[in-house]
Amino acid sequence: MKVTLKVWRQSGAEDPGRFETHKVDELSPDMSFLEMLDVLNDRISVAGGEPIEFESDCREGICGTCGLVINGQPHGPEERTATCQLHMRKFSDGDVITVEPWRAKAFSVIKDLIVDRSPFDSIIAAGGFISVPTGSASDANLIPVPKEAADAAMDAAACIGCGACVAACPNSAAQLFTAAKVAHLNLLPQGQPERYIRVTKMVDTMEQFFGSCTNHGECERACPKAISVDFIAMLNRDYISSKIKNRRLAGQQR
Amino acid sequence: MTFTLDPKIPEGSLEEKWDNHRFSNRLVNPANKRKYNIIVVGTGLAGASAAATFAELGYNVTAFTYHDSPRRAHSIAAQGGINAAKNYRNDGDSIWRLFYDTVKGGDFRSREANVHRLSQVSVEIIDQCAAQGVPFAREYGGLLDNRSFGGAQVSRTFYARGQTGQQLLLGAYQALMRQVGLGKIDLHTRTEMLDIVVKDERAVGIITRNLVTGEVKSWSSHAVVLATGGYSNVYYLSTNAMYSNASAIWRAHRKGAGFANPSFTQIHPTCIPADNEFQSKLTLMSESLRNDGRIWVPAQTDDLRTPNTISENERDYYLERRYPAFGNLVPRDVASRAAKKEVDAGRGVGQLRNGVYLDLSHAIERLGRETIEARYGNLLEMYHRITDENPYTDPMRIYPAPHYTMGGLWVDYNLMTTVPGLYAIGEANYSDHGSNRLGASALMQGLADGYFVLPNTIGEYLADYLNSDTVPIDDPSFIEAEREVNDSIDRMLSVNGSKTVDWFHRELGRIMIDECGMERSRPGLEKALSKIPELRQEFYRDVRVPGEGESLNSSLEKAGRIADFFELAELMCRDAIDREESCGAHFRIEHQTPEGEAKRNDADFSFVSVYQHTGDPSTAILHQEDLTFENVTLGQRSYK
Ligand SMILES: Cc1cc2nc3c(=O)[nH]c(=O)nc-3n(C[C@H](O)[C@H](O)[C@H](O)COP(=O)(O)OP(=O)(O)OC[C@H]3O[C@@H](n4cnc5c(N)ncnc54)[C@H](O)[C@@H]3O)c2cc1C
Ligand code: SF4
Ligand code: FES
Repeated sequence: MKVTLKVWRQSGAEDPGRFETHKVDELSPDMSFLEMLDVLNDRISVAGGEPIEFESDCREGICGTCGLVINGQPHGPEERTATCQLHMRKFSDGDVITVEPWRAKAFSVIKDLIVDRSPFDSIIAAGGFISVPTGSASDANLIPVPKEAADAAMDAAACIGCGACVAACPNSAAQLFTAAKVAHLNLLPQGQPERYIRVTKMVDTMEQFFGSCTNHGECERACPKAISVDFIAMLNRDYISSKIKNRRLAGQQR
Repeated sequence: MTFTLDPKIPEGSLEEKWDNHRFSNRLVNPANKRKYNIIVVGTGLAGASAAATFAELGYNVTAFTYHDSPRRAHSIAAQGGINAAKNYRNDGDSIWRLFYDTVKGGDFRSREANVHRLSQVSVEIIDQCAAQGVPFAREYGGLLDNRSFGGAQVSRTFYARGQTGQQLLLGAYQALMRQVGLGKIDLHTRTEMLDIVVKDERAVGIITRNLVTGEVKSWSSHAVVLATGGYSNVYYLSTNAMYSNASAIWRAHRKGAGFANPSFTQIHPTCIPADNEFQSKLTLMSESLRNDGRIWVPAQTDDLRTPNTISENERDYYLERRYPAFGNLVPRDVASRAAKKEVDAGRGVGQLRNGVYLDLSHAIERLGRETIEARYGNLLEMYHRITDENPYTDPMRIYPAPHYTMGGLWVDYNLMTTVPGLYAIGEANYSDHGSNRLGASALMQGLADGYFVLPNTIGEYLADYLNSDTVPIDDPSFIEAEREVNDSIDRMLSVNGSKTVDWFHRELGRIMIDECGMERSRPGLEKALSKIPELRQEFYRDVRVPGEGESLNSSLEKAGRIADFFELAELMCRDAIDREESCGAHFRIEHQTPEGEAKRNDADFSFVSVYQHTGDPSTAILHQEDLTFENVTLGQRSYK
């Protein structure tokens, strides 16, 4: 099969960037979208050009490294799918496909399709952890965790940190990413001691980089792991609770 | 550089060694720890856990990863689970049994003392991770669930859905980021280590390249820890992440670190076969499928009919036929070789005739589709996405793929390489898995090394350098190393040939999988040893690395990694020839039993092969660390 690509090229943060058109033929519908880009890059290199820079590592939807806006949609047309899991068979012969990087103020473009997502790490460094120095833990079965809580925490913890939620949000908010980590830890008994300090610090750090959430819900639709916006409601509830000073100081729940 | 192999195994009975060692090791007192700077290269499971723990202890840590965030290392892809001798099931597990299973599973080519220590600390890992909030699977009573894995007769594997590696890595990443927030770890992402700096026969720092700006820079420290993962990508197609590579350990090898058992590589039996010539990597399908799936090929060669039209008596369930006792559950190496045999004989299935069937239809008939969906739903969905085939109605196609490397930098009991002050942990060291790793044991080893072993053993070395400054980076040793790094970058950029880096990688991969993969033979390995240097020369004559060194350039990054793979590949073949026996994943067709099984030669090869670099892999000097087994009896594995 063959397709026409309109790919975003940008040499660095300062460069305004532009679209470049490439016709790519002799493709197999069984190849992945990124393998199609590999082939194009091979051809560009052999012809003396500079390949299109993009990122990917696991190529099986778990590491969160990949992430392209394809035909205007973060991670492309297939639901619950990271860019690396998208196959050419989802496109038709002769399609014109646009490919862009994540577009968000907090994620500056490094080169072509690669952006800087380090503000996510700053949010985690602010409070996305349980403070437990190595060696200080008691036997794992001393703290039973209700199965429902463990399962819900796992649903939230499945976030791969790809940033599609931010790219999809009209406000470039990072609520879904932040809420997923807050929910993962705040749902578990182990996470209770730092519950309110955690949410305050993470939200405050998030607001330094990202826009505000106005409940569009585009994030959930773009999310390759279908992280639920319900977690944002939990985030908001805990954030408000954390502002009630006495409760926070007493470390009380709810 | 002097080269000594002293494993430093502590005194005492097996059970007492780790305690004795911790007691006799010198310590660095808490107030003095802040006077030390430790460099940790790699922030996967092993590196992140080590960096976080060092920082908690009070050391100053500088950590590096070429990833954009420490949350992304290859560790994240581990699906199945992590072993620990908790015996929560009351099914007869114990530290001793985990130790025994690991030594036997490794086909008696690992060091008893290390494996026993690994089993001992395995229980602490689960406690630590649960306390961090790793959402392990639970039962209704709220306690931890277990599954059995990889043929073990007990249930000792802890898991978090099909995402155990992801959750363990995120736990370690969060511990690491906490220390970054506290200012105890200086973290450098998108920064690749390109060389180790050695002065007066000890490691004193590293050279890095900033992958965004291209800046080459020196870093000085009291000790250097490599936690840079495995090298299965030498085969081009493997289950490893695209960026995984051997450069850090290879460059350390060039600077004097002994490389142990390079040819011990594990080929995992259940992966999705390549679909097209552009295939960039292979995807693992968890081994657990073999619990319910029956593996078969058409009995006739060149039978191109669709699987469901092939009747029962025209199928060959070859594992059940050849291994009636274990059937579809034979160990990884045995299952892999058997699949290769069928495909090589012309009975392969699928468009490219490069797979065998794994058929769930019998299990679906017996247990119902719902049960199978509950057990393997995620996996089967992944399979469907990739192949566009429905595993509930048609048999799945699978084929073995390179997956894990037991070989790596040689380390002593303290996890120090042959270069003083240079440590290797996780998959980067030659590790505790002998010639074959058991399922769910790599995560355990990486976290054991990082959380519990190295933080306890590094003090012994550091104690000598109290109040001594790190070597300044304008020292000739740093200047010379930086110059070498810059020269090799310039060399690659200036060839300006006609073939892409990936082209060379694919060619190398083909040679390696054919000659140094599941089956090896002297003539095949000799052929590889003549082809690889030719390909390497062609690389330096005709590779095309577009772009420049002063900005982000992924072709340049890859070129450096492939250049190292050439040399490593040669050493792997060399090692596979030197080892005139079959053991674990290393199968030499000259050394097999009449039934076609691996035949060990304990009298002559009960040792770890450790290579010393001399300038070229073909002249590397082979040293041996003799293995003595005082606690297990060596037996021949049989799965009939
Ligand atoms: C598909 C798959 C499934 C698996 N499933 C299981 C399982 O169920 N159970 C199990 O026990 N094991 C499993 N394994 C094996 C296990 O995941 C790995 O062995 C383990 O995670 C390796 O961890 P590590 O920390 O040693 O290295 P990695 O996770 O590979 O981390 C390497 C780190 O080093 C950095 N790095 C490397 N080189 C450089 C350099 N030159 N400069 C700077 N940084 C560098 C990288 O950025 C990265 O941070 C699986 C492996 C695969 C491929
Ligand atoms: S919430 Fe979803 S879209 Fe956002 S970073 Fe996590 S996985 Fe990606
Ligand atoms: S490359 Fe890992 S999620 Fe896509």
